[in-house]
Amino acid sequence: MKANSIKCCLRLPAILMMVFSIAIHGDQEIPSASKLQDALSFLQQGSMADREQAVNQLADLGASSLPILQALLDGKLFTLKSDTSLVIGIDNNHGYAISDALTGSEKGVIERSAVTKINLTNNLRVALRKIIGQLQLSADDPAVRLSAVKAMANEEDDNTQSLLKARAVIEKDEDVQQAINVVLLLKDMNSSDKLIRIKAIDLLKEQNNRDVANRLNAMLEKDEAGNFIEADAEIRSVAKAALIKINNRLQIYSSIETVFFGLSLGAVLVLAAIGLAITFGVMGVINMAHGELMMLGAYTTYVIQQLMPNHLGISIILSIPAAFMISALVGIIIERGIIRFLYGRPLETLLATFGVSLILQQSVRSIFSPLNRSVATPEWMSGSLQLNDFLSLTWNRFYILVFCLLVFLLLLQILKRTRLGLEVRAVAQNRTMAKAMGIPTAKVDAMTFGLGSGIAGVAGVALSQITNVGPNLGQAYIVDSFMVVVFGGVGNLWGTLVAGFVLGIANKFLEPFSGAVLAKILVLIFIILFIQKRPRGLFPQKGRAADS
Amino acid sequence: MNRYSTKLRALGVACTMAALVFGTTNVQAEDTIKVGVLHSLSGTMAISETTLKDTMLMLIDEQNKKGGLLGKKLEAVVVDPASNWPLFAEKARELLTKDKVSAIFGCWTSVSRKSVLPVIEELNGLLFYPVQYEGEESSKNVFYTGAAPNQQAIPAVDYLMNDLKVKRWVLAGTDYVYPRTTNKILEAYLKSKGVDKKDIMINYTPFGHSDWQSIVADVKKFGSAGKKTAVVSTINGDANIPFYKELGNQGVSAESIPVIAFSVGEEELSGMDTKPLVGHLAAWNYFMSIDSTKNSAFIDKWHEYTKNPKRVTNDPMEATYIGFNMWVKAVEKAGTTDPKAVQDAIIGVDFPNLTGGTSKMLPNHHISKPVFIGEIQDDGQFMTVWQTNKLVDGDAWSDFLPESKPIIADWTSPISCGNYNTKTKKCSGQVFK
Repeated sequence: MKANSIKCCLRLPAILMMVFSIAIHGDQEIPSASKLQDALSFLQQGSMADREQAVNQLADLGASSLPILQALLDGKLFTLKSDTSLVIGIDNNHGYAISDALTGSEKGVIERSAVTKINLTNNLRVALRKIIGQLQLSADDPAVRLSAVKAMANEEDDNTQSLLKARAVIEKDEDVQQAINVVLLLKDMNSSDKLIRIKAIDLLKEQNNRDVANRLNAMLEKDEAGNFIEADAEIRSVAKAALIKINNRLQIYSSIETVFFGLSLGAVLVLAAIGLAITFGVMGVINMAHGELMMLGAYTTYVIQQLMPNHLGISIILSIPAAFMISALVGIIIERGIIRFLYGRPLETLLATFGVSLILQQSVRSIFSPLNRSVATPEWMSGSLQLNDFLSLTWNRFYILVFCLLVFLLLLQILKRTRLGLEVRAVAQNRTMAKAMGIPTAKVDAMTFGLGSGIAGVAGVALSQITNVGPNLGQAYIVDSFMVVVFGGVGNLWGTLVAGFVLGIANKFLEPFSGAVLAKILVLIFIILFIQKRPRGLFPQKGRAADS
Repeated sequence: MNRYSTKLRALGVACTMAALVFGTTNVQAEDTIKVGVLHSLSGTMAISETTLKDTMLMLIDEQNKKGGLLGKKLEAVVVDPASNWPLFAEKARELLTKDKVSAIFGCWTSVSRKSVLPVIEELNGLLFYPVQYEGEESSKNVFYTGAAPNQQAIPAVDYLMNDLKVKRWVLAGTDYVYPRTTNKILEAYLKSKGVDKKDIMINYTPFGHSDWQSIVADVKKFGSAGKKTAVVSTINGDANIPFYKELGNQGVSAESIPVIAFSVGEEELSGMDTKPLVGHLAAWNYFMSIDSTKNSAFIDKWHEYTKNPKRVTNDPMEATYIGFNMWVKAVEKAGTTDPKAVQDAIIGVDFPNLTGGTSKMLPNHHISKPVFIGEIQDDGQFMTVWQTNKLVDGDAWSDFLPESKPIIADWTSPISCGNYNTKTKKCSGQVFK
């Protein structure tokens, strides 16, 4: 009751003031603060039309509304549930650190559930990006200016054009200058003057820019009546020549891209197979649970990420040793508990480990539920390295490629230079002789299996960044892993590496022609034929041990 | 006589403890109505189907609290066909012959439904199928409470064409019957709207495909021909996450090339990192975010039943809810659970759906539903950007494929046929093709 009356008292003067101010100003201009208030209240209305209107109003207010617009685009603008005021919230460990959208004053940290987000649709996002671009054209940071220009690339209204023209005169940064020129030239392509158009095409054909290619393509199209959209035949021929030039470059870049795709697919295959190359290749154990050991690695990543939700990057790096330990431990348990009783009986091993894989899958289902778990990707692993408009390499694939090579080199060093490696090689070559020399073969078996399993766990960390973390993760990779190991030559790590990359690249070059389904089949057929010819794979082991 | 034989049977098996347990359930079975729940609880499809099993258990629990059905309690018989298609048929047979269930609620993939179909027709059971599917089917024994293509795919394409002015189309799907048939219908539909063949790109990928690099690069190239491009995705469950991740990484945003999905719902989104998905679209007949009293009551009940305030609801759950309640209404109307009587009684039965309308069981065993298109938000929910202004009737046989155009399904007399050819005036048997 009391609180109510206070509120009432507070509201009354406010209303009076509003009436008063309207009365005073009449048809004069309303001060920008109240305009801002007005726009913000529209923003909070439910309908998208209201929000669109609000955004346009904010745009008219110029640079002062930039923080609000940016927050809106980034999804950081909220309505406070307690008093329906508009706040900007920044995510931190405990909730949102909020500040008033209107005044910018700090309001402390609140629970995530105490606010509702202002949602956007695609149309609004496009509009916002354009407005923000216009407002940021004179920002201090050249990178911000560059993205602002890019956001305006497809805008052809005169306002944008004059803004860009004005900027071009004073712009110092070369990249930004370049970008502005491209946008202006694109506009020139629609000019009524034939010479300007030809000149624009001529200048633009050296650019690696998708918008240019799009525009040239569109010029050569025919409209519904069958007439060319570009009526002038001379310009059409200039455009055609320019397009051919651009397409040639596009061709080269897309082959580079395909090679990269192939390498990165190969890296995933190698990562998945390299643990198997040890357990299957060196020890001769057909481990059908190999995929599930990868799955355990991926779930370890998930658990660690749950433990430290605000340090995505660190959690991924920490997951690598953790996943190694857990998968290695499970691997050793499997070896000690089951496989060691079955050495020399490959069929039984196959069946027993297949059983283990089902047990592992179902236990993960019981513990974590059958639903996929969401593993977030840290900022530095999302997006792509933009070399130019035609060629970009995605970061997550790039890191996985590097990671794969690191793991491979490390493993090679372990096998070559450590005592464990020496013992592993000795046992693999001749078990009885190694035993006679005093090598504890049983212990070495367990350690080797542990090493192979641990590597599978590490592969799981990498997979968690590109695919689903769910109970079926392992199944998807087990066939591919065996394929790579057999193709590369059993018992040879280099063989696994080469085989993985060859299969990856072959797959990616086939895919555009045959489609993903057929590409996979063709690769399988190729391997079957290859194994007929060379049953020991690409790099067969030599020597007496291999013959026996 | 009947009771005597039961007693005898109970006596006969009473010698061992284990058998005694079975015996008592047999005795109990006399005063309960059994309902079969045929959803995979293990294997690939467990990800989607487990939720529907829980939904069924909740609905049955609730009905029992209201006093059951025809004065009897309902009893759920849950079996696990383990994502193994032939096992679906075996389990369905087991449910109908051994457990003598009055109706089965189940299946998710079309291939599992197709494998159950002959069993259910032979033994004259009832199957309520709650998932959107490719159409081109209408069985006397199956009730399709999910969307037919004209209740999901066609309105979605209309939205893209009219509201987003899309001119170039990528139809991407997983390589099996639902995407193939849907894309066939969509291709025919697009061509009928004057879309050129070279403006349509069709792409299929294997189940669980995880390496989308070159396909996304192709989509990007296809989309840079100077015309607005959209992807219509019938990609199934698991393969979606790497697909959207790759789209995000290669810089394909929802603003430049929107993807509209028919198999991505709240449940799937809860297992995804939603950052790269924001703004992409999905078409369904229900969204968890839709504001209606029925919906919020349903969500509250679901949270209470699962004891998890974060569990999401989705479209197939709503379809299960509608299907179950229509069955209950039909049984009450017929006064018996006899499949034949229920089949006749259920046609024309209506029940309020969760989004504010009233769905009705049509003579072709499909139901009427509203269609919603939503944009994915970063909290894993959808924001409705478009909806049909009235309920759309499910059409079993697509009007856009020349071979199924003259075919209609009508299970009321005098036609009483799932694939009646209006031209030849003939019924070509239970299952077409």
